[in-house]
Amino acid sequence: MTTASQLRAVGERGGPAFYLTEEHHPENSTLLGFWIYLMSDCLIFAVLFATYGVLGRNYAGGPSGGELFELPVVAVNTAMLLFSSITYGMAMIAVQNRRAKETLVWLAVTGLFGCGFLGLELNEFAHLIAEGAGPQRSAFLSSFFTLVGTHGLHVTFGVIWLVTLMVQVSRRGLTETNRRRLMCLSLFWHFLDVVWIGVFSFVYLLGAMA
Amino acid sequence: MPNSSELTKFIFGRLTWDALPLHEPILLVTFAAVAIGGLTVLGLITRYKLWGYLWREWFTSVDHKKIGIMYVILALVMLLRGFADALMMRGQQAMSFGASHGYLPPHHYDQVFTAHGVIMIFFVAMPLVTGLMNFVVPMQIGARDVSFPFLNNFSFWMTVGGAVTVMMSLFVGEFARTGWLAYPPLSGLAFSPDVGVDYYIWSLQIAGVGTLLSGVNLIATIVKMRAPGMTLMKMPVFTWTALCTNVLIVASFPVLTAVLALLSLDRYMGTNFFTNDLGGDPMMYVNLIWIWGHPEVYILILPAFGVFSEVVSTFSGKPLFGYTSMVYATVAITVASYLVWLHHFFTMGSGADVNAFFGITTMIISIPTGAKIFNWLFTMYRGRVRFELPMLWTIGFMVTFVIGGMTGVLLAVPPADFVLHNSLFLIAHFHNVIIGGVVFGMFAGITYWFPKAFGFKLDPFWGKMSFWCWLVGFYLAFMPLYVLGLMGVTRRLSHFDDPSLRIWFVIAALGAVIILMGIVSFIVQIAVSIMRREELRDLTGDPWDGRTLEWSTASPPPDYNFAFTPVIHDQDAWSDMKARGYQRPVAGFIPIHMPRNTGAGAILAGISVAVGVGLIWHMWWLAAGGLVAIIAVAIGHSFNQDRDFHIPVEDVIRAEGARTEVLRSVA
Repeated sequence: MTTASQLRAVGERGGPAFYLTEEHHPENSTLLGFWIYLMSDCLIFAVLFATYGVLGRNYAGGPSGGELFELPVVAVNTAMLLFSSITYGMAMIAVQNRRAKETLVWLAVTGLFGCGFLGLELNEFAHLIAEGAGPQRSAFLSSFFTLVGTHGLHVTFGVIWLVTLMVQVSRRGLTETNRRRLMCLSLFWHFLDVVWIGVFSFVYLLGAMA
Repeated sequence: MPNSSELTKFIFGRLTWDALPLHEPILLVTFAAVAIGGLTVLGLITRYKLWGYLWREWFTSVDHKKIGIMYVILALVMLLRGFADALMMRGQQAMSFGASHGYLPPHHYDQVFTAHGVIMIFFVAMPLVTGLMNFVVPMQIGARDVSFPFLNNFSFWMTVGGAVTVMMSLFVGEFARTGWLAYPPLSGLAFSPDVGVDYYIWSLQIAGVGTLLSGVNLIATIVKMRAPGMTLMKMPVFTWTALCTNVLIVASFPVLTAVLALLSLDRYMGTNFFTNDLGGDPMMYVNLIWIWGHPEVYILILPAFGVFSEVVSTFSGKPLFGYTSMVYATVAITVASYLVWLHHFFTMGSGADVNAFFGITTMIISIPTGAKIFNWLFTMYRGRVRFELPMLWTIGFMVTFVIGGMTGVLLAVPPADFVLHNSLFLIAHFHNVIIGGVVFGMFAGITYWFPKAFGFKLDPFWGKMSFWCWLVGFYLAFMPLYVLGLMGVTRRLSHFDDPSLRIWFVIAALGAVIILMGIVSFIVQIAVSIMRREELRDLTGDPWDGRTLEWSTASPPPDYNFAFTPVIHDQDAWSDMKARGYQRPVAGFIPIHMPRNTGAGAILAGISVAVGVGLIWHMWWLAAGGLVAIIAVAIGHSFNQDRDFHIPVEDVIRAEGARTEVLRSVA
C-alpha cells in the first residue's frame, strides 16, 4: 500500500509526484481471485440446478424421487457435511492461534467427515443403479445423478486438496502461503456445503414430496 | 492372456488406420503442405539452436507481454486455417449448381463449415482479444505483471492445447458435422456416432479452462493491481472494456463448460439430457448454449470498442468525448448481454410474449452501442485527426459496423426473424459485425501496439493494402449474402438448383479472394516491417503521442515495465504527465520483485491434450492415466516454493541508463 510519506517524498522535490520511490506492494489478489473462481463454479451448479428444474419431472415411465429417495440416509449424509464445515471452522480458529498440530487434527476430522459423506453417496448411487434406476433410465435420473455427482466430485477434489495441505502444513508449518491456501480451501469447503443445502432441499426434500 | 486384437483395442480404442484420410486427396495435399511447412519451421529452429531460447524465454515465460504476443501469434496462425475453410466454402458454393456438385462431398463440406466457425471464434477471435488484453492491461494500469503470472502461462497453453486438438481432427479422424454450436439431437450419439463431435467437445473444454482462468486473472489484476491514484473512473477505456469482457467470460464460460459436459454425458454415459426419448429435451441445450453464446459476442466486441476508443482519442489528439458515458455504456452492454439470448431462436416457438420481451431487450442493447459511435464521432470532431493505420481501421469499422448493427436490429424483430432465421441474411449480419467490429478492431490494436511490443512501427504501405483489401473484400463477400438471404437462401448448403442465384455466390467468392489478398498483405507487411525495422524504429517509446501509461515506458518495455510504480492524478495519465513536465527518474533505483518462469503450464496443457485424445478415441487408459498425472503435476507444482526473485539493482540501473542515453540521442 502507498503511504502518504512515500507520496510526499517525491512531491517535495517540486511538482506533483508521478511515481513512488519505494517498492510498491499491491494487495494480494489470491482471495479475490478464488472468490471469482468460486462464483464461476457456482454458475456450473446453477446450470445443473436449472437442468434439474426443467427435466426433474421427466420420469419417462421410470421411478420418481418419491419412490427412490431414502431421506434418513440423506439426512445423515447432510449432517456429516454440515459437521465437516464446523470442524473446518475449528481448524481455521487453530490457524488463527497458530497451532499447527491442532489445525492438523481438525483438518483430519474434516477429511474423515468428507470421506464418510462420499462413502454414503456412492452407496446410494450403487443401490439406485442396482435397482435399475441408473442415470440412463430417464432425464430425471440423468439430471439427478449429474447434479449430485458433480457435487460429490467437488468434495472428492476437496479431500485430495485437504490431504495435500495437511502434508504441506506438517512439513512447513503455518506459513503465510499455507495460511492463504487453507483460507481458499475453507471458502471452497463452505461453498460446497451451501450447494449441498440447495441439493438437499431442492432435490431430495421436494423430490420426496412429489 | 488377451488376444492381440483385444490388446490393440485396449491400447488404441477406436483408433484404426481408417481414421487417416488416405483416400481424400484434398486432405492429403493439406497434410503434405502442413507437414512440410511444420518440418521446415522445426528444422530451422533446430538448425539455429533456438529450442533452448524459445523454451526459456517464451514458452515458460510468465511475462504478460510475451504471453500476450504468443496469444496473437496463435490467433494469426489459426486465422490462416479458418480462412482456408472459408475459401473452400466460397469455392464450393460458387461451383455447385445444377449438374455440378462442386469438389467437396457433403460430409466434408459439413466439417469445413463447422471447423470454420469453431476456429474463427475460439481460436482466432478469442486469442486475439485475450492476447491484446494481456499485453496492454497491466501496462495501462501501471502494474508489473498480472495477479497470477503462472496461471496466465497455463491459460495460454490450454488455449494452444484446444487449438492442437482441433488441428488434429483434420488428419486423424474427422471433425464435427453439426455446425459450430453442435445442436443435439444431431450432435447426440444417435446421429453423430463417430469422433467428430468428441473432437469438438474436448477441444473446447481444454481451451475453455484457459479462457476462464485468464478471465479470473485479469479481473483480479484490474481490481487489485492498479497504480496508486488510478480510481476506477480514471482507468483507460480499454482497461474498462477488458474488465467488462472478463466479467462476461467468468459469468458465461462456466455455462458452456456445463452444457458441453452434459452433451458428453449423453454421448459417453448414455444419459438423456438432450435425446429425443426418455424425457430428454434438445431445446434445453439450445437455451443453455446461447446463454453462453450471446455474452460471448460481447466478450469479443467490447475489447474492440476499447481499442477504437484509445485509437480515436490518440489520433484526434483529444481526450475521449464522453468518457463517463462510454464507461456506463460498456457496463450497460455487459448487463444487457445476458437478457437477449433467446433472439437466436425466436422460431423455437416460445410464444409471442417471450419473443416480444427478447426482441425488445435486443433492440435496447443497440442504444448504448449507438452512444459509443457518437462518442467516437464527437471525439474526432474538431480534433487534429491523423490518418495513420490504426485510424483507418477505426473509420472502416465505424461505417461497416453501423450497417451490421442495423441489420441486427432488423433481425431482432421476431416476425422478420421468422423469415430470415438461419438464412444467409443472418450469416451476412454476424460477419458484418464480427469482421467489421472484432477483426477490424484487432487489426487496429495490432498496428497501434506493435511498436510498443517490438520497438518499430509496421510498414504503412502494406498496411494500407491490407486495410483496403479487407474493406473492399468484406463488402464484396457479404453484401451478396444479404441479397441471397432476403431471397430465402438458407445457410450451410453445399448445393443449389436455381442457376439465377449463382452470380451472387461468384461475387461473394471474389470478395473472399480479395480478403485473402488483405491477409497476404498483412503477412507481407510484417515481413517488410522486420526488414525495414531500422527505418521504422521508434526510440522514444511513444511513437503516436499516446495518452495512456503504456507509452511512458520503453519500446519494447523492460521485463519489469516500470522502474518505479507510477502515481496517477488524471484520466489519460501519460498525457497528464507530459503536460505537467514529468521528469523521468534517472537515479535511486531499487531491486524489483518479479515472478519466476515455470514449465508447469506447458506440461499440464500437454497432458490435458493427451487426456482429450484418450477420451476422443476411447483409449481409457490414456484418459485415466492423464487425469492422475494432471493431479500429480498440479500437487507437485504446489510444493514448488521457488516462485519469485529480485531483478538486481545493477540490472535496473543498466537498463534505465541505456534508455536515458537513447532518449538523450533522440532529443
